[in-house]
Amino acid sequence: MGAMLSFQTVYTMWLREMLRFKRAKSRIVGSLATPLFFLIILGTAMGSSYNIENYKEFMAPGIIAMVLLFSSIFGGISVMWDREFGFLKEILIAPVNRFCIALGKAFGGVTTAMIQGVLLMIITNSFGVHYKSLLGMLLSIPIMFIIGIGFISLGIALATKIESHEGFQMVMSFLTMPLVLLSGAFFPLSKLPDWLKIAVHLNPLTYGVEALRFTLIGESEIPIVVCLVVLTCFAITTTAIGGWLFGRMEV
Amino acid sequence: MTVHEVYRLIGMLFDMNAIVTDRITKSFNGFIAVNEINISVKEGELFGLLGPNGAGKTTLINMLSTMIRPTSGTGTVHGFDVVHDSASVRAAIGVVFQSSTLDEQLTGWENLDLHGRLYGLSASLRKKRMHEVLDLVELSHKSKLLVKTYSGGMIRRLEIARGLMHHPKVLFLDEPTLGLDPQTRLHIWEYIRRLNQEEGITIVLTTHYMEEADYLCGRIAIIDNGRVVAIDTPEKLKSAFGGDVIILTLDTSEDAKKLSIVYKEAGYVSISTKDQTVYLNVKKSEEAVPEVFRTAFTSGINIQSMTVRKSTLDDIFIHYTGRGIRDELVDDITYMKYKLQTKRR
Repeated sequence: MGAMLSFQTVYTMWLREMLRFKRAKSRIVGSLATPLFFLIILGTAMGSSYNIENYKEFMAPGIIAMVLLFSSIFGGISVMWDREFGFLKEILIAPVNRFCIALGKAFGGVTTAMIQGVLLMIITNSFGVHYKSLLGMLLSIPIMFIIGIGFISLGIALATKIESHEGFQMVMSFLTMPLVLLSGAFFPLSKLPDWLKIAVHLNPLTYGVEALRFTLIGESEIPIVVCLVVLTCFAITTTAIGGWLFGRMEV
Repeated sequence: MTVHEVYRLIGMLFDMNAIVTDRITKSFNGFIAVNEINISVKEGELFGLLGPNGAGKTTLINMLSTMIRPTSGTGTVHGFDVVHDSASVRAAIGVVFQSSTLDEQLTGWENLDLHGRLYGLSASLRKKRMHEVLDLVELSHKSKLLVKTYSGGMIRRLEIARGLMHHPKVLFLDEPTLGLDPQTRLHIWEYIRRLNQEEGITIVLTTHYMEEADYLCGRIAIIDNGRVVAIDTPEKLKSAFGGDVIILTLDTSEDAKKLSIVYKEAGYVSISTKDQTVYLNVKKSEEAVPEVFRTAFTSGINIQSMTVRKSTLDDIFIHYTGRGIRDELVDDITYMKYKLQTKRR
């Protein structure tokens, strides 16, 4: 019964995120416009200015990873809104395991993020970005899941500590943007100066970008096995921390 | 006789306690919000915690509902310790918090459904209970609408309905009618009464509305500065204190002070003055009025007008805490406005 109830808790929280997603569908699909502009305008401009072949193909997995990052961190931090609007109390007073609640919340958010990622993959493909194979595109989906879980749990962990909207702004400008810029989403890793190379390799998102590059365009500078190991370790660590912090939360 | 009634009867016969606290205390950074409170609430009781804002009512409820841990002392709810067996306590209680804890982006139906799932109700039981509780609060026809389109009264009713979904043994209601219009308030009072009488649920509610406590509660604890200053039935609290209030309006406030001293010397126990008005609490006004007049006449003080009314809990509250509970009312409205503003940010 204990195990069943835990599954039920995870499922309930996932269901809630999906019900919310259903209502915010147009907004979430609309949020794909920005990354598309990035890809079409920046991708074309950079590709033609610097005479880089297939720059759009190179950039597309990076853009997908960026969307996953934004959506996931945002999904995790939404715990903050749950606190503000009171719903968090309803969850925390229920006789259920709080770790399961955090996990359900994470799965819900990651589902939303993956839907965005997959949509972007399909749209870019139909806009003329050429991916290697259908199999590769399908294999990208589990990778999106691992990337999403890692960052959404990071978001949950942050939300338990952030008290205000100012804090949220800080996270967005001091965490999310640097993560994107330092991820190799826009540039190759090989010719970077040492300090930048170190920073990029310390960034978990880099491994997400590289893993997606491997599955989508068939080449990556970091071996796929390394990428998967790092992403998995990152996801497990942040989930453990996020779940633990969430369990200790007082409203 | 329903199962609930039997349960309630057994509870009353054997004097079972739904809630017992032993010197339960909570302090926040040195500020003592709840100070060694001992209360016991019987199965099937409708118990009121009455006090002004900041008296410690909500803190007490938060401790009993396991939302916060007591600094010291213990509490048991439905036989379970609130600290060591908090999971069992949570399964046995329903809580309606002061501010809304619904997901406004979802419909009423969805909110109830999620609640049922969190409390492990099966699909069929969930559906049955949802219909029952929605009927009870008369929201069946609105259940498919998003909660953000609900009025304040509807939100409260839905919250009460949700709190009942899983058949709690003890229901905590924190200011159930705060900020509602009189008509809605009356409606919610009726629900609360019915829950207690028909379903036999032990209910603990906090309020700073006197008439609410008077109308609903079997017993009341008056709480001030984190302590229980009086605890009894509304009737006993009122009769122990004097059944009637005589209000005399005089020419000047000096007269009022002078007359109150005269009355004190004449042996009246409970006297208070405000501007040129004197309030006297007496057992029976029919017998007291002639004597009150005679005393004023012999001391040469002119009485402009006189009113006699039954004493209310307000008078008792003033007696125990030294201030009117209504003094808080303006603050209250400001507070609600503030809350609404911050919520809409």
